[in-house]
Amino acid sequence: MSYLGRKLAFYLVALWGALTINFLLPRLLPGDPVEILIQKLAARGPVTPELRDSIALLLGGDSDAPLIVQYADYLRGIVTGDLGVSITYYPQPVLEIIGQALPWTVSLIGIATVLAFLVGIGLGMLAGWKRGSWLDNLVPVTTMFQAVPYFWLALLLLYLFAVVSSVFPVSGGYDYVYASVGWNWDFIQSAVYYGTLPAITIVVSSFGGWLLGMRNMMVSTLSEDYIVTAEAKGLRPTRIMMRYAARNAILPSVAGFAISLGFVVSGSIVTEQVFSYPGIGSTLLQAVNNSDYALMQGVFLVITVAVLGANLIVDLLYGLVDPRTRARS
Amino acid sequence: MNDVLLSVTDYNIVYEVEQPVHAVRDVNLELARGEILGLAGESGCGKTTLAYGINRLLKPPAVITSGSAVLHDRDGTDIDVNALTSAQLRRYRWDKVSMVFQGAMNALNPVAAIGDQIDDIFTTHRPGMKRAERREESAALLDLIGVGRDRLKSYPHELSGGMRQRVMIAMALALKPQLMIMDEPTTALDVLVQRDILQEISELRRTFGFSVVFITHDLPLLLEISDRIAVMLQGGIVELDSADRIYRHAQHPYTQRLLESFPSLTGERGAFVRSGDGSQSNGGSAA
Repeated sequence: MSYLGRKLAFYLVALWGALTINFLLPRLLPGDPVEILIQKLAARGPVTPELRDSIALLLGGDSDAPLIVQYADYLRGIVTGDLGVSITYYPQPVLEIIGQALPWTVSLIGIATVLAFLVGIGLGMLAGWKRGSWLDNLVPVTTMFQAVPYFWLALLLLYLFAVVSSVFPVSGGYDYVYASVGWNWDFIQSAVYYGTLPAITIVVSSFGGWLLGMRNMMVSTLSEDYIVTAEAKGLRPTRIMMRYAARNAILPSVAGFAISLGFVVSGSIVTEQVFSYPGIGSTLLQAVNNSDYALMQGVFLVITVAVLGANLIVDLLYGLVDPRTRARS
Repeated sequence: MNDVLLSVTDYNIVYEVEQPVHAVRDVNLELARGEILGLAGESGCGKTTLAYGINRLLKPPAVITSGSAVLHDRDGTDIDVNALTSAQLRRYRWDKVSMVFQGAMNALNPVAAIGDQIDDIFTTHRPGMKRAERREESAALLDLIGVGRDRLKSYPHELSGGMRQRVMIAMALALKPQLMIMDEPTTALDVLVQRDILQEISELRRTFGFSVVFITHDLPLLLEISDRIAVMLQGGIVELDSADRIYRHAQHPYTQRLLESFPSLTGERGAFVRSGDGSQSNGGSAA
């Protein structure tokens, strides 16, 4: 079997395992979603047994059926895109809610994560290349930003730049008075404007780790023999820095980047809470607060697929970055 | 062909640390065109530091405190290595003086194909060359050195130690330099591969006429391949003479002790004769 085929097979098995756990977990938890919804409805008026039955059917809470049948239904639902109906946003289907929330999270956290990586790696490369320069003094500062609890840093920046000086908006994903969601210039402009501050907080709090790691790898790579070879070959310093030093020093960071990409979808809960951002994180929080199992399961599914997908992509790319990890034929 | 290629005069290198280490002291050396000069001595005697100094590869705290190294170029100009600006220095390196390092394991970039690493040399030093020309030249080098052009796309980890060292030598040949500095090029290899590579170097030297500064602590090996041998002790050259005279009439007590310290397979202790195959070793030292 080819390298690619083996990798894909491995990830398919991992996905199946994750889906199965995702199926089992809510069923092992105490509490019944049907009861919760009935209680909510009961506050507005009497609930008839017929209504109760139809809600149970609607939520897929047909708990009389044997587990294996439920499992088959669940897998069929995933394949056909039927993830059930949300209680919180009743009667909106879960898939639709996730479809609305996901682009916000992926673009905000995704771009911020990639930016943090690029900034950190770039500065780390320079700091390691010119060891002892002013860039080295940046290292403790950035590590401090990382050590400070993220929510506190985010709140502080929010207070300074949105409340005190109102350079940026306080909350939300876009200005819903002037723009409507869609591919129009007004909306994109507004979304970028609203997303800038959250993105800055994420970059500031996370690029220090990349910087420190890259700088230290750079320093140890520079003492390798092949760097001396490159110098003796009379290559230009930029070429030595990029092709010989950084090219080797970046390898451990690439593996770390794969992991952090996977957490783009799930790692946004605090950010989205602080900035009241309409993404997957706030959706998940809503779902947990309302014991909305269908929605929770849907969000977990998306997170699982995101982690696996990001890892698969980086796994495949890593073979390009480091020839030594390619499968031996 | 007996003119001088490299003159090193009153060369001093100091590692300026807490207690300064005078690694190379008052070295005077003249290297003839096409000559193989062996540089022998124990670890830490300064032989590698001297060689790196000639290519200005030393990093702080190492400082060339006095003296000069002048390369007399083929076209008649004299290049004072210490006076080169960094751009000139980059042009000088590898084009005039190339190096082969000990680290057969580590001297090649592990994440770049060896073809690309040879290609690097041409893109930097011969910007006028076309892509196809560069590739052909790289392939020809690998053929020449006995690795084979089908290895262009191989990575260092896919090659044996001996092959890596051959690739290193192929790279060193790329620009047809006038001087090749070999820093323990065969130390990590087993004796058979070592012998092959030494023969290869001798033949290439005959074909292309470059000079070699061959650094090793293995004095018997130098006796075989060198024209002249310089013995270093604590940063200074204590004896510099033809290989034959060093072998038969070593003057300095340190040289004598060095020779004595190698065990002999036949004859008395100290009466060292090293010949795996008489005709080969004679061929090497007579060249």
